[in-house]
Amino acid sequence: MNAPFFKFGLFGDNVSLVVAFLIGIGFGFFLERAGFGSAKKLTAQFYFTDLSVFKVMFSAIVTAMVGIFYLSWMGIVDLSLVYLTPTFLVPQVVGGMILGVGFVVGGYCPGTSCVGLATGRSDAGVYLIGIVAGIIVFGEVYPLVKDFYLSTPMGQVTLPALLNIPYGVIMFLVVLMAIGGFAGATWVEKRMAARKGA
Amino acid sequence: MTSHAKVLTAQDTVAHDGTAGKPQPYWSPYLAGFGLGLVLLAAFVIMGRGLGASGAFSSLVATGINAVAPDHARANEFYGEYLGDGTKSPLMDWLVFEVIGVFVGGFISGTLAGRIRWSVERGPAITDGKRLVFAFLGGGIMGFGAKLARGCTSGQALTGGALLNVGSWAFMMMVFAGAYAAAYFVRRQWR
Repeated sequence: MNAPFFKFGLFGDNVSLVVAFLIGIGFGFFLERAGFGSAKKLTAQFYFTDLSVFKVMFSAIVTAMVGIFYLSWMGIVDLSLVYLTPTFLVPQVVGGMILGVGFVVGGYCPGTSCVGLATGRSDAGVYLIGIVAGIIVFGEVYPLVKDFYLSTPMGQVTLPALLNIPYGVIMFLVVLMAIGGFAGATWVEKRMAARKGA
Repeated sequence: MTSHAKVLTAQDTVAHDGTAGKPQPYWSPYLAGFGLGLVLLAAFVIMGRGLGASGAFSSLVATGINAVAPDHARANEFYGEYLGDGTKSPLMDWLVFEVIGVFVGGFISGTLAGRIRWSVERGPAITDGKRLVFAFLGGGIMGFGAKLARGCTSGQALTGGALLNVGSWAFMMMVFAGAYAAAYFVRRQWR
């Protein structure tokens, strides 16, 4: 089997848009199942009362990470054809921090705000209008921030390549970190619930 | 038989519009996360790319600016990247169709669980109006940050996280750092 299918020309651009729509349905479905159409549920992560954001995120990361690793190892997927966003370290660090502030101030991230609006949260709709405004601001000031945006380029680079540690070892460490994190998160939730009850 | 079935349907409707009954509980975060991971894996295997969200809104913005002020849009490198060579609409884009799917998928799940309600999500200590101001501000901050970081929680944290992308992992840790740092100052919105 030759995968990624699209990269091997099994179907064209028009079909890829149908695939996009179907994959989006799955994405939105599971986000909503997790409760991520709710800003209160999402932001509870940052007050330690409900750490579902961490749990869902790392369950998803571990599933896809282990899945793609074994499919690649079995020769089914050519991992080098799966697109890796190039790293620009400093703007990504700064952008991530800004984005985190926007998350807790606004209550959603872009994907979850779509689910929020789809389930009737009008604040999610206003949040989406805010995203559009923020992107327009970025577009308008782009000539001013361009140098910073393109600073510290590292190319398409993975942690195993950067640290020169085998892919499987890093993967194993991420799985361990996730499992430890899940146990820690559940402990914190119980502590917070007990404190609230006392 | 027929009348009995009708009674059940009527009760169902009452339960779903919020006047009686409760929406179903959310799934376990591990189960929902596993499902999400399989969707992401499917995107890798079928398309050779991951998920995204903020990019779709960039295409939308570029299209809008191009419609209002085409010269201005074409002179700007950022919009230009989304507009391409002009042979096809920037809205005929993978992420745009994926995000339309996200709305549909969220609506399907919400409907099945009885969770569709027109409401403003907020804590008891803030008014709807103030909450909406914060929602707009937060969205604006998010939109700007996502462009600077070349993606958001889906494109960077989830997708890049699963591919062990260096920039994505740095990004992800900073998202948590930024959110925890700011959480105290906006706590009255939620608590």
